[in-house]
Amino acid sequence: MVAFLLILVPFIAGVAAFFFPSTRGARAWALLASLLTLGVSVTALCLDKGSHLLQLNVSWLPALDSRFAIRLDGIGQLLCLLSAISFPLIFGSTWRTEYRNGRNFYALMLLTQAGMMGAFLAMDALLFYFFWELALVPAYFLSSIWGGERRIQATFKFFIYTFTGSLLMLIAIIYLYFHTRNHSFSLESFYGLRSLIPASDQGWLFWLFFVAFAIKMPIFPFHSWQPDTYEQSPPAVTMVLSGVMVKMGLLGLIRWLAPTLPIGTWAWGDTVSGLCIAGMIYASLIALRQDDLKRLVAYSSIAHMGLMCLAVFATTRSGLQGVVLQIFNHGINIIGLWIVVDLIEKQFHTRKISALGGLAARAPGLALLLVVVALANIALPLTNAFMGEFLMFNGIFSSEATIYNVLFTVSAALCVILSAVYMLNMIQKLFFGPVNALTAVGRDIRLDEKLALAAIVVLILIVGIYPAPVINLTHEAVEAVLAKMNYKII
Amino acid sequence: MNAIIFSALWGVVMMFAGLIRKKGAATRVLALLGIGALLTLNILDIRGVHFTGLDFHNLIDIEPFGLLFNCIAFGACGIYFLLSARDIENVGEDGAEYFALIFFILCGVSILSVFNSLLLLFLGIEIMSIPLYILTGSDKRNLKGNEASLKYFLMGAFSTGLMLLGIAFLYGASEKGSFFLDELAMGRSALSPLFIVGLILLLVSMGFKVSAAPFHFWTPDVYDGAPTVFTSFMATIVKAASFVAVIRLFGNAFADIGPQWQLFVAILAASTLFIGNLTAVFQQSVKRMLAYSSIAQAGFMLLALLTLNTMAQEGILLYAAAYCLATIGCFAVLIKMKDQSLDGFNGLGRSQPLLAAVNTICLLSLTGIPLTAGFFAKYFMLASVLQTGKFLWLVIFAVLCAAVSVYYYFRVIQAMYFREGEAKALNLSGSYRFWLLVIAGLLIVLGLFPQWLLDRLNFVYL
Repeated sequence: MVAFLLILVPFIAGVAAFFFPSTRGARAWALLASLLTLGVSVTALCLDKGSHLLQLNVSWLPALDSRFAIRLDGIGQLLCLLSAISFPLIFGSTWRTEYRNGRNFYALMLLTQAGMMGAFLAMDALLFYFFWELALVPAYFLSSIWGGERRIQATFKFFIYTFTGSLLMLIAIIYLYFHTRNHSFSLESFYGLRSLIPASDQGWLFWLFFVAFAIKMPIFPFHSWQPDTYEQSPPAVTMVLSGVMVKMGLLGLIRWLAPTLPIGTWAWGDTVSGLCIAGMIYASLIALRQDDLKRLVAYSSIAHMGLMCLAVFATTRSGLQGVVLQIFNHGINIIGLWIVVDLIEKQFHTRKISALGGLAARAPGLALLLVVVALANIALPLTNAFMGEFLMFNGIFSSEATIYNVLFTVSAALCVILSAVYMLNMIQKLFFGPVNALTAVGRDIRLDEKLALAAIVVLILIVGIYPAPVINLTHEAVEAVLAKMNYKII
Repeated sequence: MNAIIFSALWGVVMMFAGLIRKKGAATRVLALLGIGALLTLNILDIRGVHFTGLDFHNLIDIEPFGLLFNCIAFGACGIYFLLSARDIENVGEDGAEYFALIFFILCGVSILSVFNSLLLLFLGIEIMSIPLYILTGSDKRNLKGNEASLKYFLMGAFSTGLMLLGIAFLYGASEKGSFFLDELAMGRSALSPLFIVGLILLLVSMGFKVSAAPFHFWTPDVYDGAPTVFTSFMATIVKAASFVAVIRLFGNAFADIGPQWQLFVAILAASTLFIGNLTAVFQQSVKRMLAYSSIAQAGFMLLALLTLNTMAQEGILLYAAAYCLATIGCFAVLIKMKDQSLDGFNGLGRSQPLLAAVNTICLLSLTGIPLTAGFFAKYFMLASVLQTGKFLWLVIFAVLCAAVSVYYYFRVIQAMYFREGEAKALNLSGSYRFWLLVIAGLLIVLGLFPQWLLDRLNFVYL
């Protein structure tokens, strides 16, 4: 029931927000609802793991053998928590942004959250597909209505990409459903398929699934929607997309694809890893040359997602645990980065790094907070991303699923170096150097903005110094997935 | 069979009513009464209460599938009347007669859903088509309408000729010389070339009726030329009825020799999907876009013909319901637009939120987005093919085409919500708004609980 509330609260609040008389009311309502969701999510954390409150399994479509089955496992807990933390942060940090027809904006935001929660919780493949799409539609409307100048083309590309991917996934889901022993969409029956689907079929089924997830994450060469969409979407939506929604792709990979089709996953592992590496290097190099803040963060995100995907295919305990930890960290960090970008853009009406400079003197608070977030993005020790990336690198290096483990580790490490170059370069150009006419009138950020960023910094440091609670939370789920990913015992 | 008799009778009643009053509230009420009675009688038929005890000598085969489709067709037609009765009257001078023609078409529809003989198939198709030719040209002073009507008639006559030839071949090739579907299915020792030729001719002529590519060329012109209210009727109920006819025909008579014709149908479906979707992308007029979209949707429905399993049967009913509702909704919005080009929709979201919202839900359903009926309709089609384990390439192709369809459906959504403009719509009456909302609501209810419709199916099958 608690699990169901995670979907129900944002959904009902979202529908109600459409009918609010004023934007101000809807805004407060949205923040309240998102805090309530956070409360539910934290409550769920406190519950006993076996508690029946964490799951719900009721009849939905008996004719199709599909059930409304949701459950909070460790990974689900973490993702729901990430989503629940993100939304109050996003609403808080963009509090001052005025939207035309604001109530619709907040309503669609909450509906997006409901859709994503559903995808994180679904334990039935058809239900998963349902929520997967439901999260997409409001996000599309959000970006297209309140986005930048080229929003219509950019978000259209985004929608068509993801929709194509998800339809291919639907084929795979239906195909697998017909091969389950008891004709069921449940996760358990899908896990039972690993020995029923011959290796030759696992290969192409893998791609039907993986294309959907690769587009969502995004993995090179399916990434081309991402920089445009992040650039053109309103900041709050970009935060949702990059902080939370892309994690749906990773979750799909970890929960639905890899354990169901272990041989296909293993057989194509090297190819996908190669794509990840190519994408990481490519995105990092482009990020080096970016003058637009938003595009820089967007490309840096491609590189980070590539690393996480790579670590999944390493099929090691350390790697997978790192990915799960990093799912959370990356969400927090990138939302922090977007908040800063948004603050800078709102104040100076430009995102060009070359047009800014010397902000540290004018906005010391902002500078301090950004430096921490940026360092976390580079994965410096004591920040959360260090723990995640360390585990992932360890996992990739010790991987037995591939013979190229050393090559992958070295190339991935190269990208971390590149990320240090472009992030530090950005900090240097933004905050130091000469103050120009534009930045001379700059002022420091307001208290509430500081609070939002400070909350992120605190999260970064806590998880960076003491990641054990997160690891304990997800440990069991990671082990379960890993056991099923084992391609050798079939 | 209740429906066949009653719809023909009511058509005559409406025709004579036209002598007294051409149009007005009385005529509309009469039409609504007729459709209501038709629906009720059909449900009674399902429950085993028959109008007459006549022996039809095996000419018709009353099976739940057909009767259930009747329910969907009459229900959709009822909503269509409730929405568009005024617009139907306003097409030309002869309001009541248009209703009469529609009832005659419904008579053809109800024959097509129960026929058990190739002769009745022919009769049903003709009874359905001839009034349509008239309706297409009902706006007498519109040259485009006249052209469309003539074109439709010529193409229709041509395909009828092919159908008769096919029927004659099948008659000659069957061992005992029979028109009955069940007898055609039995007693085939070896397949003669004559039989196959007859089968293909029949398939081609039905391809004309359901506007499958490459026999679709009449569709855009006719749909575009006909008065919009009648296009709505033609593209939905009539088209779905043709599908039910072809599925019953092949399911009852030729299912066992599937391998002989399945590849042909698969290619037909693929080319229909391809041409329909690709051409729709380039349309600037929303009406024409919807015409091509109906071709594209036909491509999806052809998947049911390919497999003919239970899933396909259930699915085609769900598809018919979802597609009819969504398309009627889209056309109902289109009728109320002052400028029917794509640019005419710019900014509709602000000037007419309700029209825009309903249109969006209908378009989402046509695209097949979850939470709308269209998703499950498409789901059933895909699943029915996947269940057979063959034609995987077709499923993937269909899915890619569905992705293309996002392009043209969403262009309308983009125009309504994301582009600036002053879209102008005609005045809407309160009841019009209400019935638009009902359509949107039904699409969502079916999208959340298709079970509701499927249960009706199971109930009847039991």
